[in-house]
Amino acid sequence: MQIIKDGTIIHDDVQHLADAEAPTGNRFTVSFERWKAERESLLAAGCAPGVRLSSGNALADIAGDLPFLDLVVVEFPAFADGRAFSLARLLRERYGYAGEIRARGDFIRDQLYFLVRVGVNAFEPKGGLDLEKLLPALKDFSVNYQAAADDVELIYQKRGK
Amino acid sequence: MYQYDQYDQTLVNERVAQFRDQTRRFLAGELSEEQFRPLRLMNGLYIQTHAPMLRVAIPYGLLSSRQLRMLAHIARKYDRGYGHFTTRQNIQYNWPKLEEVPDILAELATVEMHAIQTSGNCIRNTTSDHLAGVSADELEDPRAWCEIIRQWSTLHPEFAFLPRKFKIAVSGAAKDRAATQVHDIGLHLLRNEQGELGFEVLVGGGLGRTPIIGQTIRPFLEKKHLLSYLEAILRVYNLFGRRDNKYKARVKILLKETGVEEFTQMVEEEWSHIRDALELDNKEIERVKTFFNPPGYASNASTDTSFAVKLAENSGFAAWVRVNTVEHKIPGYRAVFVSLKAPGVPPGDITDAQMDILADLADRYSFGELRATHTQNLLLADVKQADLYELWQGLADANLATANIGKASDIICCPGLDFCSLANSSSIPVALEIAARMEDADYLYDLGDIRINISGCMNGCGHHTVGHIGILGVDKKGEEWFQLTLGGSSSNDASLGERLGPAVPKDQVANTVDTILQTYIELREGEESFLETVRRIGMPPFQEKVYANH
Ligand code: SF4
Repeated sequence: MQIIKDGTIIHDDVQHLADAEAPTGNRFTVSFERWKAERESLLAAGCAPGVRLSSGNALADIAGDLPFLDLVVVEFPAFADGRAFSLARLLRERYGYAGEIRARGDFIRDQLYFLVRVGVNAFEPKGGLDLEKLLPALKDFSVNYQAAADDVELIYQKRGK
Repeated sequence: MYQYDQYDQTLVNERVAQFRDQTRRFLAGELSEEQFRPLRLMNGLYIQTHAPMLRVAIPYGLLSSRQLRMLAHIARKYDRGYGHFTTRQNIQYNWPKLEEVPDILAELATVEMHAIQTSGNCIRNTTSDHLAGVSADELEDPRAWCEIIRQWSTLHPEFAFLPRKFKIAVSGAAKDRAATQVHDIGLHLLRNEQGELGFEVLVGGGLGRTPIIGQTIRPFLEKKHLLSYLEAILRVYNLFGRRDNKYKARVKILLKETGVEEFTQMVEEEWSHIRDALELDNKEIERVKTFFNPPGYASNASTDTSFAVKLAENSGFAAWVRVNTVEHKIPGYRAVFVSLKAPGVPPGDITDAQMDILADLADRYSFGELRATHTQNLLLADVKQADLYELWQGLADANLATANIGKASDIICCPGLDFCSLANSSSIPVALEIAARMEDADYLYDLGDIRINISGCMNGCGHHTVGHIGILGVDKKGEEWFQLTLGGSSSNDASLGERLGPAVPKDQVANTVDTILQTYIELREGEESFLETVRRIGMPPFQEKVYANH
C-alpha cells in the first residue's frame, strides 16, 4: 500500500490488526484498548508496534509507552471530528513523541496542511484518494500566524526582524 | 485601523487560491456536497433558500471607506444591489452565484477583507464594542486585542474542526456593549487590586436553543497570557465537547455538564502546561496597538458655536442629535449612528448607492472609517460637532438618518423565511409591521430606550432571548406563530427574557407588542425605562392585558 510520509509517497507495509488478529509481519498497529491489555506480550515479541488512537482516548494512559512505539495512528472516524488535531499536537508538544504520527481514515485533502502543523507526518487516507493529488495540499499556505507543533517561523517572528 | 502587511496579505491571497480550487473541485464532481460543506462554510458560504449566501467578515466591526466602496461594488456586480448587516458585525450577500464566489473573495482581498471563518464549526469573527476607542468609560481600547485574537484564530490548525461554532467577544469599557456574557468566551478588560489591566474571562454564554449567561472562570488574567488561556479553553472544548448531538455541542453544554468548577480546573490544568511557552510577544502587542492610535483630532473642536445654533433652529436635527449620536471622549466630537432601520426597509439592509454615499461621508467627516454595530446599524465614530449638521443632511438625503437608535423601531431581526432555509417564520415582515406603528415620533420617544429582537427560529440569530421584548417565530402545524418574551438584556445586567405566555399568530404580533407598550406606559413610575418596569412589576400585569380577551 502507498501512503504519504514526510512529504513523499512511499510504500508501506504496516498492518492494522483487529483485536483478535495475530501479527504476521514486523510492523503493525493495535487498538488503544488492546495495547493496554497486551502491552507486555506485544513488547516481548521484539517487534515495533504502533497504537491506534481514536478520538476519546486519554493520552496520559500511554504516555510512558511512547518511547517503545514505532508509530501512533490518530484515527478520523469522520473528517469533521477534529479531536485528532489536539491529540497529535499533544503527542508532539506535551509528550515529546518523536516517532511517526499517522492520520488514518476519513480526513480530506483540505485538512492536510493543518494536520502537518499539529505534528502529523504520515497520511493514510481512506481508499480512493489519489495521493499525487494530495501532495500539493501540504503546501497550501506559506505563512502562519500561530504556534503549533511544527517549528516554522511565525508571522510575528518574521515581523520582528 | 489595522493594516495588512505582506504576510497578512499573502495569507488571505493563499486562502482565495485554496477556495478557488475547492470550488473548482466541487463543480467538477471531485468533492461531494458533504465534503465541500465544511470547506465552503469556513469561507462564509451557505446554501440558502434562494441562492448561496456569502458572509463577509468585518473584524470587530471596523471598516474603512475604501472597504465599504468595495462592499458596494460587490453588491452591484455580484448581487442584487444591496447587502445585509448582521448582529455579528458582518455583512451578508443573499444572491451571489457559487461559481463567482472565488472572484468575490479575490476582489475582497484587494481591500484586506475576506470571509474566513464567518461560519462553520470554528472560531468565528471576534466582536467588540462599537464605541471602542471613543467612549469615556473605556479602560483600554479592546481592538488591538481583537486583532491579536483575529490573527491567532485565523486558520488555527488545531481548532478548525470544533464540535460547533465558537464566538469570542471583547469589551474594554465599564458598560458592556459587546454582549460578552452571551458568547462562548467573553473577555472583559478590568483592573485588579494592584491597578494592572487584565481580562476577566467568561465562558459558556450563548443564545440559540439553549440560551445561557456565561460564567467567570478566571476573574483576572494577565494580558501576556491571553492566547495561551484561550488555547487552553479551546483544547479542552475540542477534546471533550460533545460531538454526538449538534444541539448539545456548544461549549456551554460542556460547562453545564461538567460544572463550572471542574471545567475551570480542566482549563487551568491544561493552561499550566502551555502558559510559559505561549506568552505574547511584547513587540507584537505594541505593533498592533499603534494601528489603533487616536486619529488627528482637532484640538479646537469644542470652540465651535454653529452646532448650538443649528440645534436651536432645527428640531428635526436636534432630535437626530439627541437620539442618534452619543458622547465622545474628545470634547467637540460625537459618535454618530447611521440607522439602517428606516421605515419599510428590512433591518440591516443597505443598498450599493447608500454604501457609496456613506463611504464619502466617512471620508469627509470621520477619518474615513466606519463601524458595524451588533444592533445592525453603522457608526461614524469621530465627527466634529461643527460637521454634524451637514452630515445629518447628507445622511437624510440617503435615507440613513432615521432618528430611532435604541428605540422601539430600531429592531434587531434575522433574515428569517425570506432567505434562511432553517426558518420557521418570516421575521422581516413582522419587524416592519411593528416599526410601522412607531412612525409618530412623540410616541416613539416617549417609549424611551427599548430593544425589540426578532428571530425566525430558535437558533436565535436575532438575539430574541436578550431583547427587552423578544419575539421568536415558531411553526404550529405549518403556520407561523410567535412566542414573546420580556425582560431580556445583553448588557452588564444580562438576563434572559421570560416567556409571556402562549404564542400568538403572525397577524397579532404587532398588536401584542402595542398592548405590551401601552401597559408599560400605564404602569411605569417616573423616568423608569421599559426594562426597569418589567423587572419591577414582573410578567403578570403584561399577561393580563395581552391575554385578557382569550
Ligand atoms: S434565527 Fe433561524 S430563521 Fe433566523 S437567520 Fe437564524 S437560523 Fe435563520
